[in-house]
Amino acid sequence: MDMNVKKKKLGLKEKYAHMTRGLDWETSYQPMDKVFPQAKFEGIKIHDWDKWEDPFRLTMDAYWKYQAEKERKLYAVLDAFAQNNGHLGITDARYLNAVKLFLTGISPLEYVAHRGFAAAGRNFPGVGPRVACLMQSVDEIRHAQTQIHAISNYNKHYDGFHDFKHMLERVWYLSVPKSFFDDAFSAGPFEWMIAIGFSFEYVLTNLLFVPFMSGAAYNGDMATVTFGFSAQSDEARHMTLGLECIKFMLEQDPDNLPIVQKWIDKWAWRGIRVLSLVGMMMDYMLPKRVMSWKEAWEIYFEQNGGALFADLARYGIKVPECLTQCSEDKEHISHQAWATFYQYGGAAAFHTWMPNDEEMDWLSAKYPNTFDKYYRARFTYWRDEAEKGNRFYSNTLPMLCQVCQIPMIFTEPGDPTTLCYRESEYEGEKYHTCSDGCQHIFDNEPEKYAQAWLPVHQIYQGNCFPEGTDPTVEGFDPLAAVLDWYHFNNGHDNLDFEGSRDQANFAAWRGMATKNT
Amino acid sequence: MEIDLRTVAIKPLRHTFDHIARRFGDKPASRYQEGTYDIQQTDIFHYRPMWGPELQLFDKRRTQVQMKDWYALKDPRQFYYGAWTIARSRQQDAAESSFDMIEERGLADIVPEEIKQTALAVLVPLRHVEWGGNMGNSYISAYGYGTAITQPCLYHAMDHLAVAQYLTRIGLVLEGPEALDSAKDAWMTGAMWQPMRQHVENVLVVQDWFEIFVAQNLVLEGLTYPLVYDYLDGDFSANGGTVISMMTRFMGEWSTETGKWVDAQIKVAAAESAENKALISDWVKQYRPLVLAALAPIAQRAFGDQAETVLAEVTAQFNARCTKSGLAV
Repeated sequence: MDMNVKKKKLGLKEKYAHMTRGLDWETSYQPMDKVFPQAKFEGIKIHDWDKWEDPFRLTMDAYWKYQAEKERKLYAVLDAFAQNNGHLGITDARYLNAVKLFLTGISPLEYVAHRGFAAAGRNFPGVGPRVACLMQSVDEIRHAQTQIHAISNYNKHYDGFHDFKHMLERVWYLSVPKSFFDDAFSAGPFEWMIAIGFSFEYVLTNLLFVPFMSGAAYNGDMATVTFGFSAQSDEARHMTLGLECIKFMLEQDPDNLPIVQKWIDKWAWRGIRVLSLVGMMMDYMLPKRVMSWKEAWEIYFEQNGGALFADLARYGIKVPECLTQCSEDKEHISHQAWATFYQYGGAAAFHTWMPNDEEMDWLSAKYPNTFDKYYRARFTYWRDEAEKGNRFYSNTLPMLCQVCQIPMIFTEPGDPTTLCYRESEYEGEKYHTCSDGCQHIFDNEPEKYAQAWLPVHQIYQGNCFPEGTDPTVEGFDPLAAVLDWYHFNNGHDNLDFEGSRDQANFAAWRGMATKNT
Repeated sequence: MEIDLRTVAIKPLRHTFDHIARRFGDKPASRYQEGTYDIQQTDIFHYRPMWGPELQLFDKRRTQVQMKDWYALKDPRQFYYGAWTIARSRQQDAAESSFDMIEERGLADIVPEEIKQTALAVLVPLRHVEWGGNMGNSYISAYGYGTAITQPCLYHAMDHLAVAQYLTRIGLVLEGPEALDSAKDAWMTGAMWQPMRQHVENVLVVQDWFEIFVAQNLVLEGLTYPLVYDYLDGDFSANGGTVISMMTRFMGEWSTETGKWVDAQIKVAAAESAENKALISDWVKQYRPLVLAALAPIAQRAFGDQAETVLAEVTAQFNARCTKSGLAV
């Protein structure tokens, strides 16, 4: 018998190249422009798709192996959590409201990310970025589903979770995250990569994903934190993809720089506005706090983000101008946002409350320049009034920013006692924005942002009542009709935490689980 | 004997989310149901897509097929991400152990030369066809309507990538990296592959996503997979090429499993209305001869003078399958 000459074993990089590169081809029976119709309209010039450096060399066999292992562990924990009333292990039922914000505001976006990355994975003419985008697409549906599955058990026992998709599309504050993703998916594939792949996944994930998951860990929420740990390695891959993508665009052609810079400016500010919701979650909604919003901003944005922009400076990328305002805003936004939700707590799908003395002292210590000076007196007043039975709810509707869709609650740079309003004109109509950052975004693409479906405008136009509602009948209560259209269980999903069904049930059930009477 | 552990029982307020309860009643729901039904947004989009402002981001009008409820197209395998990835990882374990054994023992060397050449000529260039399948299904996943069908199409797209990678490994095992270059040359310029490449490229520019589903998942796969992974594979096994069958095991199992899913979609969509039935049947009648023409030279290479008989048998089975799904083909 002949000596069996073994074939040379291929290295990982070489093997990956064979497995992926070369699968595609230059089409000739159909023009490439027709096969990839979205490749050019944004003005980004790519000369050589093969210059793409694959950030993670995953073949499908390895992908399935790693991911299946993680899924088995995750679902074992979720099953145990459900079987053993794991929900009673959280610090305090107030914590649940952070989870509600996550399920209604974030999980459906994971789903849109899945669809958007599927589109990017179809539309780029290069096989390398396409495979990477498709893997992210399938990861994103994983995240949407594992979050829904992790939180499903909370939905069985607590209010505010029960109709999250319906609410996402309608409820006023949920249009903030929803419009962010609608904005990105309605753009072209390159802008999508800057918006979601780079700004959202790379720059902001430590300020979004990490605070929620750390909050879960600090507050005894085993279901959510297990999901968080399970998603960590996916997130690391997504961050690498975002960074690789921006470098690739910048290296391919110098003409790409101004386009990419404009997108970075836009999506950094868009993202930061969405993070206002995370800021208030960290400072007000977690019974056991991880760190203050300001501290998180300083570590994750000013330090880590600063290093990133220093790295990108060699391509000519500058730190977005609008960010200079953030070093001042970080002292204010969480308080301003929570004050707003407290006042509009009748129309929010989670409970609100005023911090107790100990919590106010924590806020004073974390925000020595601002909390006592601008916010404590107002919050103490509201709390005292509530204790006297005059819990304050605002029954009017706030004006929304045309771009970020947050109520116009933020204050002027340099003057935290004056609300910030900006005004632009487009085709004879006036449009209002909450900041210079949002105004610039509007002025660059008025034809896009003029289309925004602003919840408050729509309510005033009568578009947010259940079908068949007659607003002219005597005693018509517009707020009740809107809540009905939102599918709120009025009195359970909304209003103050004090006196809520969540509060009563959690206390009773924890009593059952820990006492003998 | 039975033992009875006692736990603290708490009566839940509800058993599932409202959008699931509206469909199935308020009772405990499966992970497939909670992870699938109604999670795609349907109402109120803020901006028209810059890449196609005539329609909304998710829009029912991206196909001519019409359904009262797009979630009627459920997946009989009930694949959500976890179920899919765990199922595939099991299949991959089996495939991996076959490849390991073949590579460790140098079993590729005992494949008769003629069989090996057929495998290199027929199987390896198919990796490009698989890549086309990946593109079509990722298109559906992006622009289709309703998670019930867009979700499995992404899994299907990833599966196609995996099959392309298995075919790549077959080339590497049988010959080495040169096999991939020759296959690419054959794909780009070889006469045998040009009708197939032309067909694949034509499907890449189809806009109607359900038409892609029919052209790709029903017709192209429905004719190609039995031809290659059933008939040709049978020939390989019968003539000393069992080693190759060991390397295509995934594809054989996969096409049986995914075929059931594809049929379930076609059956429900065709049963919805006479218009759908006519439309889908017409698509089958349009794409079937194109695929058969593209397969003819490949079958010629694989089966020689048996080619026509084999193609006729494959076509008859395919037609029976379509009829069973309620189509008039």
